[in-house]
Amino acid sequence: MNLALKDIRHNLGRFLLTCLGLSLLLGIVLAMIGIYRGLILESLGLARAANAHVWVVEGGTRGPFAEASRLPGDTREAIAAQWGVAAAGAVAYQNVEAQHRGAIKRMLVVGAEIGRPGEAPQIVAGRPILRSRYEAIADRRAGLALGEQVKLGRDTFTVVGHTENLVASGGDPVVYITLRDAQKLQFDLTPAATRREAARTQAAGTAAAGGSTDTVNAVLVRLLPGVDAEAFAAGIVRWKQLGALTQSQQEAVLSRSVIERARQQIGMFTSLLMIVSTVIIGLIVYTMTIDKKKSIATLKLIGAPDRRIVGLIVQQALAMGVIGFAAGAVLINLTHGYFPRRLVLEPTDAMVLSGIVLVVCLLASGLGVRAALKIDPASALAG
Amino acid sequence: MSEEPVVSLKAIGKHFGEGATRVDALRDIALDVFPGTVIGLRGPSGSGKSTLLNVIGCITEPNSGSMWLNGELVYDDKWLRSDLRGLRLEKIGFIFQSHNLLPFLNAWENVAIARILAGATKAQARARALELLDYLGVSHRKDAMPGQLSGGEAQRIAIARAMANDPRIILADEPTAALDSQRAGIVMDLMRKVAEERRTAVIVVTHDEKIFNRFDHIFALRDGMLEAPAAKAA
Ligand SMILES: Nc1ncnc2c1ncn2[C@@H]1O[C@H](COP(=O)(O)OP(=O)(O)OP(=O)(O)O)[C@@H](O)[C@H]1O
Ligand SMILES: [Mg+2]
Repeated sequence: MNLALKDIRHNLGRFLLTCLGLSLLLGIVLAMIGIYRGLILESLGLARAANAHVWVVEGGTRGPFAEASRLPGDTREAIAAQWGVAAAGAVAYQNVEAQHRGAIKRMLVVGAEIGRPGEAPQIVAGRPILRSRYEAIADRRAGLALGEQVKLGRDTFTVVGHTENLVASGGDPVVYITLRDAQKLQFDLTPAATRREAARTQAAGTAAAGGSTDTVNAVLVRLLPGVDAEAFAAGIVRWKQLGALTQSQQEAVLSRSVIERARQQIGMFTSLLMIVSTVIIGLIVYTMTIDKKKSIATLKLIGAPDRRIVGLIVQQALAMGVIGFAAGAVLINLTHGYFPRRLVLEPTDAMVLSGIVLVVCLLASGLGVRAALKIDPASALAG
Repeated sequence: MSEEPVVSLKAIGKHFGEGATRVDALRDIALDVFPGTVIGLRGPSGSGKSTLLNVIGCITEPNSGSMWLNGELVYDDKWLRSDLRGLRLEKIGFIFQSHNLLPFLNAWENVAIARILAGATKAQARARALELLDYLGVSHRKDAMPGQLSGGEAQRIAIARAMANDPRIILADEPTAALDSQRAGIVMDLMRKVAEERRTAVIVVTHDEKIFNRFDHIFALRDGMLEAPAAKAA
């Protein structure tokens, strides 16, 4: 006969209400972890989509995401000519605010070369960019339909394809256009004064060959099989004006800059919620114990050993945690589509959290257990 | 009587507090209770009746003297058994003024729990509980929750629980205080029946003059001292 269950059944309404509250709390904890996982995936998504082995960037920087990086447009040819390179592609990144159906949309425009590294990956609908001008591939999140026109800078682009779940680390959807279009866009969006300045220095013949509009942010390198990315990157760095990161270094840089802060914030909120859950479980278990004072005294008087009484309380706390967690997990699985940010629910995260919840329940039942052990069996006789 | 006493107290003393606040609840108590007898404990409020019952029930530790339960020396200036709850479980049944049934268990479960605590399986415990409820005439209420039982029914369930492990001693602290005289009579008859049929010693604390005539012996306590036992009542 399980006393914990019998007692729960006797006070079912209150118990379930507590579980419901707990499930909301734990659901929020799961959602936070899911958002954190989503952030990681999203922020690495763009770097991973490039499908490169080495990122060549401006010397002394760790660009193009963590720091600004500008390279002369002809860098690509120089890199492509290196030994071990299978393919190289120049890319440009530009944050843009575009007018679309009367609303202002922020997006990250990626300029890439057709058929070279950095191109839009995994097109889920439509087709890749085929013409070198005025075609765009937009992420589904941008809300641009296939065939729809969108004005970026001074030019109008036609959306020919869709990607999925490709957003910048800030959550802005990614739009791919050709590098040439992107360079034009960059020029159009530069403030007029800066543009005049650039034009003047160019006219004076002091600017680098190719002119100031022919700049890119990075050159993505795909290596031949068997070529060591780190050794290749080390070779590039020796050209003073260039820097190079391997794909894993690039991901590490991204993690450090974007993810660390998110981890701290989300970690803090998650810990706070867990503390709140502990306090709630603790208080409820404590009041449930105090409500049963007379029953516990009677059990002790009849001759129930302490472990039986401790078991009663701990089992109730665990039941509360298990039901609360399960309900919370179901809740989040049903609602995760409605969250403003992408929620990535990993089974391992859920498992770790459920383990933590069990530990929290054990901790929380401590207060009740202490109270129960202090109850004097003689108090069963009084009154 | 040729039989050994089930409860035997020698020079038991118990006080609460020290110095100016010291209360001598029991002084130099000597008492033998034999199997199959129903003993009454009476006396004014604060005379030490409950304290004496708690000492016999191994709930309150005396300060001096010695005590035998069922022939075993359990107290001799200190407890001689570490497992007092086990001792209570096997040897002693308790009946309270308010029935003290567990509110979250139904009638038969309240009886069975005592048996389960003593190591019986659920099926064994259930069979025993139903047998006892039948014996005490409340088997029709076996599935009722305590809140749905009348005072007399609840007290009979409580007696069944006290009897669940076939104890040698049943201790009852004012078991009829909450009952009218007719029901009080039924409860006392049941305890008498248990004492005679199962050779259990029953010790009942009571204020209730209506039932004084139902004991084999009545002991009166005054200021923690036992007065000479009255002869067998009526
Ligand atoms: N836990 C305790 N702490 C201090 N004093 C106590 C304690 N228990 C009992 N006493 C005192 O011991 C004396 C005997 O108390 P006891 O409860 O045995 O009396 P009683 O005869 O059962 O009284 P009543 O008829 O009112 O139930 C009283 O003076 C009481 O105040
Ligand atoms: Mg009393």
